[in-house]
Amino acid sequence: MFTPHTDAERKEMLTALGLNSIEELFSDVPQQFRFPALDLPKGMNEMFVREYVEGFSQANISTKEFICFLGAGAYDHYIPSAVDSILRRGEFFTAYTPYQPEISQGTLQTIFEFQTLICNLTSLEASNASHYDGATAAAEACITAYSHFHGKRKKILLSSAINPQYREVVHTYLSGIQDIAIETILDDQNSLPDPFAIEGSIDENTALVMVQYPDFFGRIYDFSNLIEKSHQKGALVCLIVNPIALGLLKTPGEMGADIAVGEGQPLGIPLSFGGPYLGFIAARKELVRKLSGRLVGETVDKDGKRGYVLTLTAREQHIRREKATSNICSNQGLMALAATVYMSLLGKTGMRQVSNLCYQNAHYAAQKIAQLDGFKVLTPEPFFHEIVIQCPTSVEHINHHLLEEGILGGYALESVYPDLKNCMLLAFTEKTNKEVIDVLCDILKESDHD
Amino acid sequence: MSTPKDLKFSESDEWIKVKGSTALIGITDFAQNQLSDIVYVEYELDIDDDFEKDETVATIESVKAAADIHAPVAGTVLEINETLIDNPEHLNDDPYGSWLFKIAIDEPSELDALMDAETYDRFCEDRGE
Repeated sequence: MFTPHTDAERKEMLTALGLNSIEELFSDVPQQFRFPALDLPKGMNEMFVREYVEGFSQANISTKEFICFLGAGAYDHYIPSAVDSILRRGEFFTAYTPYQPEISQGTLQTIFEFQTLICNLTSLEASNASHYDGATAAAEACITAYSHFHGKRKKILLSSAINPQYREVVHTYLSGIQDIAIETILDDQNSLPDPFAIEGSIDENTALVMVQYPDFFGRIYDFSNLIEKSHQKGALVCLIVNPIALGLLKTPGEMGADIAVGEGQPLGIPLSFGGPYLGFIAARKELVRKLSGRLVGETVDKDGKRGYVLTLTAREQHIRREKATSNICSNQGLMALAATVYMSLLGKTGMRQVSNLCYQNAHYAAQKIAQLDGFKVLTPEPFFHEIVIQCPTSVEHINHHLLEEGILGGYALESVYPDLKNCMLLAFTEKTNKEVIDVLCDILKESDHD
Repeated sequence: MSTPKDLKFSESDEWIKVKGSTALIGITDFAQNQLSDIVYVEYELDIDDDFEKDETVATIESVKAAADIHAPVAGTVLEINETLIDNPEHLNDDPYGSWLFKIAIDEPSELDALMDAETYDRFCEDRGE
């Protein structure tokens, strides 16, 4: 609730300050910059404001009415109603994550459960309370690795098959660390970039090798060998994962990865025009002291009753500001809760079912699209729920056609991979079933003829 | 706890026990007492690393603080006491028996600038101990 000050209160404060007017308070600001006239339209009452703003919102296209084949990092999954109804409970619904154990046992318990679920999903031992988004988590993983080697290993290797936006964020995020070198090896791009192109560059100066799983083009690789080779050189390995895929696939922990990060948006969080999303990071136990952000631990109080508190806080900014691996303390409390509710509702079996549906739908689509004249599926088997298709005309042209039919088309790859001309990245989820894939294929077929 | 007479001490509360051209270094009883329960020792250096006098060679975390450990003299790391990684509380229980590093000393004359036990005790008393 907004509680304005009364005139009497204003007067009281001014008196205490020894001033006569609010204007006097700003006397240090040069006259010409003080209280400039603002060219604003006249005020509106609530009824008109609502009508006005809703008019804007109607110009939006929503996945409630449209079928969405757009992915490339954010995915249109079905969100069970229970997620929102738990999320909006007054006990949880706050912009700021309350950490004081005396008053926040419920919040701390859900964060602890979130960490546990992320550990189960990745088969790694320690997870933090979450980050802003997947790209932030990826950047924090780089800092974790750099700090693990006390800055002595200065090279971070990023696979060219990592989401280009993630790579950009990593570059921006690490720009303050002077002596760090971030390398991405691009092979000749006659086909899709090879995620193993970085292998030859792993050496004794490498702190971290980062790959995406499934990669940006949907491909699934077993990275066990790459991880082993990296470990032989003493480097750490981080996998950027899609949490839904882990319902079905071999986990980062099973492959021997040291760190796993990812975007938690597919876990019960709406697309919402790009955020708020949810970053997660998990690591082997040995790295827990270098893990960024907050950690919640389970303990007992003096009466032996179970309770939850922030733990290992000396690693971070409470009392260790300048020595901390990272000073990031914000988590995405509500989004982490959404993911926790989503995973708890689905359980192990449900996660596997969703994962399998995505996989099956993508494979059905790949098989159908491959039969269309002029279209070619570039993503080889095995792949998860995204595929690259090469179109006979521009992606823009095809997407325009699809949009007219109520379909959000795929991601145009040419903008970030110039050699992938007329290539589109399509994503499939449990929502894009056989019926809508058939519609997609019919429109694709037509789009070629004009 | 009485301060061992065969050690030398720095103003940042590290001790050094010299044996020929090598030495052990650790933290004093005063330091562990100030830090309270020590929960983590992080070694900033590896074996064979060279370090300068006053360089940060390790960080010690307790339940209420994190403190840098400074090299009392310049040298080279010969050994790291890895038992402290799993048992950091040894630094509380037995500060003068729990060494952090075994080092080779570069310049023995640097030892002259350090305090003996009696001077260090007075130094601690002046700080309210």
